[in-house]
Amino acid sequence: MKEHPPNSRHAAEVVLDDVDVGYSGLRVVHAISLELASGQIGCLLGPSGCGKTTLLRAIAGFEGVMRGEIRLNDQTVSRPGFLLPPEKRNVGMVFQDFALFPHLDVTGNIAFGIRRWKRAERDRRVRELLRLIGLSGYERAYPHALSGGQQQRIALARALAPRPQLLLLDEPFSSMDVELRTDLAREVREILRAEGTTGILVTHDQNEAFAFADRIAVLNAGSLCQWDTAYNLYHKPADRFVAGFVGEGTIVPGRVCAEDCVETALGRIHGPLPGHFTEGSAVDVLVRPDDIELDNASGDIPAEVVAKAFRGADFLYTLRLRDGTELLCVAPSHDNYVVSDHVRLRLGFSHLVVFPRGQGGPQGS
Amino acid sequence: MEHTVTSRARRARTPGLFSRGRPRAWPILSVLIALILALPVLVIFAHVFLPAGDVWLHLRQTLLGEYVRNSLLLVFGVGIGVLVIGIPVAWLVSVCEFPGRRVFQWALMLPLAMPAYIIAYTYTGMLDFTGPVQVLIREITGLGYGQYWFPEIRSLTGAMLMLTLVLYPYVYLLTRAAFLEQSVCVLEVSRTLGSGPYSGFLRVALPLARPAVIAGLTLALMEVLADYGTVAYFGIATFTTGIFRTWYGLADPGAAAQLAAVLLSFVFVLILLERWSRMRARFHHTSSRYSTLPRYRLRGWKAAAAFAACLVPVLLGFLIPAAQLAIWALRTTEQWLTPEFGQLVLNTFYLAALAAVIAVALSLVLAYARRMEGGLITGLAVRVAGMGYAVPGTVIAIGVMLPFAWFDNTLDAFMRTHFGISTGLLLSGTLGALLFAYAVRFLAVSLQTVEAGLGKIKPSMDDAARSLGMRPLATLTRVHLPIMRGTLLTALLLVFVDVLKELPATLILRPFDFNTLAVRAFELAGDERLAESSSAALAIVLVGLLPVILLSLTIERSRPGYKQRSRSQRGRATDEPLALPAGAQAS
Repeated sequence: MKEHPPNSRHAAEVVLDDVDVGYSGLRVVHAISLELASGQIGCLLGPSGCGKTTLLRAIAGFEGVMRGEIRLNDQTVSRPGFLLPPEKRNVGMVFQDFALFPHLDVTGNIAFGIRRWKRAERDRRVRELLRLIGLSGYERAYPHALSGGQQQRIALARALAPRPQLLLLDEPFSSMDVELRTDLAREVREILRAEGTTGILVTHDQNEAFAFADRIAVLNAGSLCQWDTAYNLYHKPADRFVAGFVGEGTIVPGRVCAEDCVETALGRIHGPLPGHFTEGSAVDVLVRPDDIELDNASGDIPAEVVAKAFRGADFLYTLRLRDGTELLCVAPSHDNYVVSDHVRLRLGFSHLVVFPRGQGGPQGS
Repeated sequence: MEHTVTSRARRARTPGLFSRGRPRAWPILSVLIALILALPVLVIFAHVFLPAGDVWLHLRQTLLGEYVRNSLLLVFGVGIGVLVIGIPVAWLVSVCEFPGRRVFQWALMLPLAMPAYIIAYTYTGMLDFTGPVQVLIREITGLGYGQYWFPEIRSLTGAMLMLTLVLYPYVYLLTRAAFLEQSVCVLEVSRTLGSGPYSGFLRVALPLARPAVIAGLTLALMEVLADYGTVAYFGIATFTTGIFRTWYGLADPGAAAQLAAVLLSFVFVLILLERWSRMRARFHHTSSRYSTLPRYRLRGWKAAAAFAACLVPVLLGFLIPAAQLAIWALRTTEQWLTPEFGQLVLNTFYLAALAAVIAVALSLVLAYARRMEGGLITGLAVRVAGMGYAVPGTVIAIGVMLPFAWFDNTLDAFMRTHFGISTGLLLSGTLGALLFAYAVRFLAVSLQTVEAGLGKIKPSMDDAARSLGMRPLATLTRVHLPIMRGTLLTALLLVFVDVLKELPATLILRPFDFNTLAVRAFELAGDERLAESSSAALAIVLVGLLPVILLSLTIERSRPGYKQRSRSQRGRATDEPLALPAGAQAS
């Protein structure tokens, strides 16, 4: 730890190669492979208990791997039987509860990881970071005197101080007000960009993930479902879980009637099918709320309003078709229907998301 | 939540002394400490399997029955006594409102500061023929010697009374804590179902508090079994006095150790009982909603009766004996305000401080090893190392003496035959032996405090420090130690005071001509020089007040609903959960 690794000023390229992590024989995550380019910002997204924090702790070096390999800038830091300890990885971490040292003031906290630097350099670094996080003037404050948001930024500055090649954030916004979260995520993203550090965020909040990350890994029950951009997760979900977890939508059963056509309760939906489906096979179609337009004038599918939620600029309606199928639909808030109103719909699919039926039944939210 | 899953899983991580072939320093260190600290108890237990000598056969035929009978009678009598005093006063101050309740809340703990042997000879001085009480009786009635009946304090009943007066706080403390923890809801429910204060007490509160009552009782009874000073002074033949007699009078260490082993098996039953009751206590938590208990307001004669019920134990258990000690000490200032007394105080403080530092340092290693590894082996090591609190000082002293003497003799013989030099006594009869015994006896006190303090520091602090480049040892010194400064001071203080009061192990193991306050007070009292011994006794009692004050402050603060003034600030001197001063009496 006396010397900084020569590559410490470079943002790390992170590679996870077929990684299993677990404790005492129990595998918590398995067969995870992903690559994050240097300077990019990634996110591990998934519901509680999916193993995303465990995976993050493995990248940090708090847990060993049972299989596979973790590499930072081509240096193997974890493989079975070998674990570079966290203090030697030059990886910064921001904790869910911030974990600021209560016995040290703001300066002491930020300078904790760079105590071996020359004094002048250290002071300059602390000043620079305080400016970056917008907390100049708080040098002598103690953590308990700061607000949650301020503590969070101090924790960020503390983790960034030694110029880590990789910064890990474990649900850092979960204790914040919901309205603040996406703002903070965007702010932290700017700070990471300014520092030129590779970053990985763990969260269960997709809005946070969308605001923060270049690439997102969706995890479910210890497995990686998809490692992709936010746009692709929403529009080209790899499986039902991703489809249900990211964004809103309904699964509607259907039957393939041509190469680019599915027959459903909504009628025939046209569009290119992902992958190969034989004609007549039973499928499920993902219907996003923006795939349907509410149009009483030219719509041709009758439906009834079952519920509605006001969301400011628009309404999210829950609609029921004649055959009982329920759908979600977004409509501008100047069209104000009430529950039990009869409306007409029009299809507005730009592409089709279709899963073969019989994979554990339809899912969706 | 995921977070808890992670930390629980982390606790269960592969335990062991080796990691991929490399030894792991912290668990190995903790196991080593535990083994060394377990040595005295192991030595005693080993004697169960040794062939019995003549002295043991003699003991078994003559005195063992008396030892067992007296010890059991004492346990039985004191057990009833502490329950009869401890439970009602705990109920009164936690559920009723009457004049003086707030003061009694802490005043009822004062007898904890009074070692049993001190209260015993103070009352003897007050109640014997020439004491102030009998003089007054004779003056009033005009009767002379032998013309009236007066109870003999130096008897088994007297010993029960003395021990009860200083040990009831254990039951009081734990029972009160249980009453305060009981959710107000259950008591309110019982009130809406028509239970008045008495039936509410009998049908709801007491059954819920039962595990706590049993835990307090077992702690008090361990002290009874450990007591040497009181029974020795009163001339009652129990296990502890029997061990002394066998060791010094019959000069048979083996038989003494076997006697100690029998005593230890009695203690073991108490340990099991305590473990069991604490385990059950976890299931007796009703709900986590707390609010200040609405107290039953007592008026008129009821208030007066409650007041009296609380006053009597405080008066008899602390105020009267402390006042008597103070009077004696003031009357004899010219006898003890001497350089010798100063030297005695210095000696004692030096010894106690040294022992406290050792105990806290060992506790830190054990607690930190367990925090980092959390494996089965370190957990077991911590358990074993903390066992000493239940083992009587007499037993530990014998258990230290035997292996040390064996080592000295063997080494001496070896050096003589091979090198022609005599090494003499290297270990036995040194301060080192005494300090070792203290560490065995009192480690649990500091360990409990340190573990509680460490437990308050979130595991993410460790992770944060390590991700910022700290190795485990650096994390301990730069993060944990500064944060838990207050806890460490508390732990130091608790061990310090316990060592100050300790009598039997010190009597056996002290170096020749080395005296402590406790030994001095006991010896002078044994020579019927009560007034002269009062200065040393008073010093012990006054220092003993410190942890009692600390304890009452802690309880006040840990109470649900206590306003968290400046709690997160830097001065955290006393807001740690205190170890119950196990071994507080140590007589």
